[in-house]
Amino acid sequence: MKLKLNAISKSFGPVKANSNINLTVDNGEILGLLGENGAGKTTLMNILTGLYKPDSGTILIDNQLKEFQNPREANKSGVGMVHQHFMLVPVFSVTENIILGTEPTTRFNKIDLKTATDKVVKISSEYKLDVDPNALIEKLPVGIQQRVEIIKILLRNAEILIFDEPTAVLTPQEVTEFFEIIKSLKKTGKAIIFITHKLHEVLEICDRINVLRRGKIVGEAFPTKTNNKKLAELMVGRTVKLRTSRRKMEKGKELLKVNNLSILSDKKEPILTNIDLVLHQNEILGIAGVQGNGQTEFIEALTGLRKASTGKIVYFGKECINITPRKIHALGIRHIPEDRQKQGLIGDFSLIENIILNTYYEKDFSNNLKLNWLNAKKEARRIINQYDVRTNSEDISANKLSGGNQQKLLIGREMSRSINLLIASQPTRGVDVGSIEYIHSQIIKARNKGIGVILNSTELEEIIALSDRIIVFYEGKIIAEFPSNSDPKIIGLAMAGVK
Amino acid sequence: MSHYFSNRETFKEIILIPVIATFLAISLGLLLLIFSGSSSEIALKALIALFLGSFGSLSAISETFTAATPLILAALGIAIGFRAGLFNIGAEGQIILGGMAAVIIGFSFHLPFVFHIIFVLLAGALFGAFYAFISGWLKAVTGAHEVITTIMLNLIAYRLLDFFLRISWIQKEGRNDPISKSILETAELPRIFYVLDPNLRVHTGFLIAIIAVLVVYWLIFHTTIGYEFRAVGKNLEASRYGGINPALTIIIAMSSAGLLAGLAGASQIAGILGRATPGFSAGIGFDAIAVALLGRAHPIGVLFAGILFGALIAGGREMQVSADVSLDLITVIQALIIIFIAAPILIQKLFPWIFK
Ligand SMILES: Nc1ncnc2c1ncn2[C@@H]1O[C@H](COP(=O)(O)OP(=O)(O)OP(=O)(O)O)[C@@H](O)[C@H]1O
Ligand SMILES: [Mg+2]
Repeated sequence: MKLKLNAISKSFGPVKANSNINLTVDNGEILGLLGENGAGKTTLMNILTGLYKPDSGTILIDNQLKEFQNPREANKSGVGMVHQHFMLVPVFSVTENIILGTEPTTRFNKIDLKTATDKVVKISSEYKLDVDPNALIEKLPVGIQQRVEIIKILLRNAEILIFDEPTAVLTPQEVTEFFEIIKSLKKTGKAIIFITHKLHEVLEICDRINVLRRGKIVGEAFPTKTNNKKLAELMVGRTVKLRTSRRKMEKGKELLKVNNLSILSDKKEPILTNIDLVLHQNEILGIAGVQGNGQTEFIEALTGLRKASTGKIVYFGKECINITPRKIHALGIRHIPEDRQKQGLIGDFSLIENIILNTYYEKDFSNNLKLNWLNAKKEARRIINQYDVRTNSEDISANKLSGGNQQKLLIGREMSRSINLLIASQPTRGVDVGSIEYIHSQIIKARNKGIGVILNSTELEEIIALSDRIIVFYEGKIIAEFPSNSDPKIIGLAMAGVK
Repeated sequence: MSHYFSNRETFKEIILIPVIATFLAISLGLLLLIFSGSSSEIALKALIALFLGSFGSLSAISETFTAATPLILAALGIAIGFRAGLFNIGAEGQIILGGMAAVIIGFSFHLPFVFHIIFVLLAGALFGAFYAFISGWLKAVTGAHEVITTIMLNLIAYRLLDFFLRISWIQKEGRNDPISKSILETAELPRIFYVLDPNLRVHTGFLIAIIAVLVVYWLIFHTTIGYEFRAVGKNLEASRYGGINPALTIIIAMSSAGLLAGLAGASQIAGILGRATPGFSAGIGFDAIAVALLGRAHPIGVLFAGILFGALIAGGREMQVSADVSLDLITVIQALIIIFIAAPILIQKLFPWIFK
């Protein structure tokens, strides 16, 4: 099917999220959509899938005018979207999730799982998705869960497929596999819209690229005739340093020492075994590894969010194992959590309320009991300005910000207070290139001032660009350590468990 | 000041939806009356009585406020629970405990006037808080769901009251039926308009309720404790990340809720009843859930919702007397209000032009 968007505009109060957008996608074409955080990409897709109604403009599918009242109607017209946050029921099987809402039934109104499973198997093999229809969702890695979402929309006969930052949560291996999948979808004539902040990805996979800035389409590009640098400039409107420069530094005093740290799961299975490491001042320690190898739990243990079973954590020479997050915070240890919506922010709270989430009890923002909203507001304004959070007001709730702007707010909050040690997980997930440049430069500036940094990221490029030393987690153990500027290929092998 | 926090409840949500819901519910209630065979004259008479009985005269207003007082107090507690993500069904039991404590203190101590009242109210509040604390503690420590535990505690409170009213030093002298001694005059909450007309029943408990509205508003939106309540209620994981202790927060929220319900019980004893009888709580704890919902867990909303429910009770009595319409109609109207509130989308669909 052919899609054509005509002069679409959409405002939220004073914010023009989309203004007069024209866009087309043909069948068998992959269109890349690039744009800064808050440029209006997700909003445009939400209009296309019937979640929002445009203020003006029209949607044409195969030259037919469409007006969607809700996602179901968009679905019926062949539009399907894979959201960045999956909408799956963890305790259901793959098939059960896929048929949810359109359950096929037998004569006596019993759910016909057999037919459903067959359908899932058929689609799965047709597009080489390789998904076990009977597996439980909660047992599956993120990459496979994403494929379940893809099967879900394919089963509803989607011909126009939308992917909103699908690669943000995938490992490099999973990204490669994902690209194979969308290539095979393209071959069968689907029209595909692909949103990402990673420029090399659009260059690799797309046929055509549209760039949005502040709600408007500002340019079109073709992968064969452009490059990273040009795209970044088109997006941000200025030159962007895509590689962060970092001078070598002597490491300083010891800040953190982890000794023999082990964590058991609730079922007494080992999650982490015998972790040993040391972090110094003026040092950035990168943690590389495929997600799910214990990095998350390690960081939760460091930040007081998870109980360690045995071992020692020593901050600044003081034993600090299993103390509360508040006490750890009081030591000047700041934590950027990997999941901003689950841990780092409260979606229904205003930006001001979010700015004081882990400092509301400190004397800047309260005196024992009474909160000082005036100070909180000032601080929120300061961070919004400094970290270029795109919003017209600090009073809106955090879930109204675009994904990348939520991340910038969170990073601004954590990096703005007095800080001795920074523990950052996926700090630039969903953030545009211009802001990545700024966040990276802030992290390096902090390190130059004498702060120690633990950087956990699935972006190997990010790890290599920033780290003074790199360790690799595999199955709950540290299996390798590398100096900075090591060969990504060798690190990649270690991540796969090859020593 | 409201712009500092994301209590996103706009004017539309706290005022407009409840007002429309009430309007719809009363209209439907009257239609029901006509369908069940009453003439439209009677329906009209009922409507007029409903209004006159609640706001038509000073004594009507006094009755409205009298009925609203315990509802507002208990609903404030339930609203605090909602904010912290707790569904506290236990206000009824907490009112009973608070009332029992108030009775004991009220008849067994000889104290000067103001002190005695304060003592009575404090005892009621503390007992209510203690009773709710049990549920909070069970939830924090064992994960037991507060809906289950508060319902069980309600049932226990009813039996406790039966037992309590037959203890010899509590039961009224020379009576065989379960009824407590009466509280002393020094323990009574004075009537507000005593000088004007001693028959106007609205008492200082109503002023306490209004002060409580302001205090709870301040607590929820301007203190660290309120911030903790709301953070835990909105996102438990993020609140842990933020250095909040959710278990402790849940216990404090639940106890504060019980404190207010206990105060409602004490105010009812010291302001109106003067003694305890079986069923003296009269389902106030359950109506208060409706009031908290209607008020959208916002203290100001609770104040208006409480007055509205008080008006329905006072007006309903008048309706029964002068239009000879059963008091059950009021229950139906209350239930309809709740249905419309629980389905705000329905109201927005019915009146799209208002919510443009
Ligand atoms: N429901 C909403 N209410 C108010 N404002 C909104 C709402 N949804 C989006 N916005 C605003 O519209 C603008 C565009 O947001 P959108 O989510 O489309 O950005 P985006 O291009 O997807 O950004 P990102 O790359 O960070 O995901 C932002 O300024 C955002 O704050
Ligand atoms: Mg987006």
